[in-house]
Amino acid sequence: MTGAGPSASRAAILAVEDLHVYYGEIHALKGVSFEVGRGEIVALLGPNGAGKTTTVKTISGLLAPRRGTVRFDGESLVGKPAHEIVYRGIAHVPEGRKIFNRLSVTENLEMGAYSRGDGGIRRDVDRVFELFPRLKERRAQVAGTLSGGEQQMLAIGRALMATPRLLLLDEPSMGLAPVLVEQIFTTIADINNRQGTTIVLVEQNAAMALAIAHRGYVLETGAVALHGRAAELAENPEVRRAYLGE
Amino acid sequence: MDWQLVLAILPQVVIDGLVLGFMYALIALGYTMVYGVLELINFAHSEIFMVGGFVGVEILLSLQSHGWLGRINPFVALILIVLAGMVVAGLLAVAVERIAYRPLRSAPRLIPLISAIGVSFFLQDAVRLTESLWRNAFYLTYPSFAVLNRRIELGQSIDFSVKSIVVIAASLAMLVALQFLVKRTRLGRAIRAVAEDQPTASLMGVNVNRIIALTFLIGGAMGGAAGVLFGVQYNTINPFTGFIPGIKAFTAAVLGGIGNIPGAMVGGLVLGLLEAFAASYLSLFTGGAFGAEYKDIFAFSILILILIFRPRGLLGEVVRERA
Repeated sequence: MTGAGPSASRAAILAVEDLHVYYGEIHALKGVSFEVGRGEIVALLGPNGAGKTTTVKTISGLLAPRRGTVRFDGESLVGKPAHEIVYRGIAHVPEGRKIFNRLSVTENLEMGAYSRGDGGIRRDVDRVFELFPRLKERRAQVAGTLSGGEQQMLAIGRALMATPRLLLLDEPSMGLAPVLVEQIFTTIADINNRQGTTIVLVEQNAAMALAIAHRGYVLETGAVALHGRAAELAENPEVRRAYLGE
Repeated sequence: MDWQLVLAILPQVVIDGLVLGFMYALIALGYTMVYGVLELINFAHSEIFMVGGFVGVEILLSLQSHGWLGRINPFVALILIVLAGMVVAGLLAVAVERIAYRPLRSAPRLIPLISAIGVSFFLQDAVRLTESLWRNAFYLTYPSFAVLNRRIELGQSIDFSVKSIVVIAASLAMLVALQFLVKRTRLGRAIRAVAEDQPTASLMGVNVNRIIALTFLIGGAMGGAAGVLFGVQYNTINPFTGFIPGIKAFTAAVLGGIGNIPGAMVGGLVLGLLEAFAASYLSLFTGGAFGAEYKDIFAFSILILILIFRPRGLLGEVVRERA
């Protein structure tokens, strides 16, 4: 499934350079740099605590870097609050899904479109329902009553409602049964294929992530340890040993 | 026991209870909305209510001193003072959040609570000082309107004033409007989203600080309206007027389930009705052993019982998170 995606250097939509992020005194990111080309799926891999979530949180504005730059479409995002970054076309599906439990399924989707002023919201809610028919059946239900897989679908659907050019997905496979993981990943590849949405995919499940990604970066203790085309990474003995269970 | 008497005064008791209950509900909303977004008990809210009451009385008194009060329609005057009380109290609540709570947003929970108590004392004394300088008195009486005090008689033992009906109608209108705002509009969804998860709400494009300010504005405005209605209904107010209704409204918010907006409305009405029932019926039911002065003890005993069996309050829900 590895497409011959465009190389990042040609048309980078996102460029992260020398990112340093601290939690108090803890130096969580120690100079992370990477690029994502327009229309690419880029996987961020690595063990727990490597800085994958910190990286995407910094891109979407939830965390502020102490040093380094994040450029989206040529424009610097550093110092901008999260609620402004959405308006520039970046949607973030946070780790642990973070759907609004007390809001209905439809209301969650409407929240996803909060940054939009246009009238196409109804139509896009229907499009999300086409993508995830399970959500349509449960549209009036309070989201906290959904199953884990349904919540993940809702979290992705909610992010799509912002009609993002860049989608940040943090651990979409977390806590899901293998069948569901496969379904979610097929949908992610679909979103990329059909709508051309650029995707940054944070995953512990390296095998699944590399199966749909064009390129990948492996993070270790706050820095990029390895990077390359997804197919190459999947063949890399080090990656196979550390992340693919060989 | 005289059951005929019990039945005969029942409608009266219900109306008294509703007047009180709607007032509590209006104030309770301010507590519950702020708790919803910040998990802070805004102890200054009772003073926001009090300031609303003073705005109303000040406008009426200055109209009176210019001799204009008799010339305007009492209902127009009433709408005017309620709106003015809402605007001033709402903006004051926003200022309090900005000055006394926002800088402490990341401090331990106890710190903003202490700040709230400080604001509460500050506002009491600020009003006392300004009124003392301005009018040489800080116990003020609402000028009365003959129309509002007119009593409507239904049968022999039931009569109620026009202003009771005005208080009930005005409160009901505001509660319905608020419920519509919160349940049906984009801003209302944003308020609920911020109440549940601030970072995720900001990922949706919601300016969290602005929504928090908005909840203070709405809660403060409702509290201010309640302050004006309180003055119209019970006539006198002073800088310490806010304390008892504030404590009771806070109790009502907890009774309904703190953070839950319909809960605050239900809690307020339940508390108001309990109080009115106790005031009218306690001596009747106990053969005179307990009089109306025991109404608070009775009402609060029932509250304690309810909270023992439903610690989350009447409408407080448990939302489970599934893996």
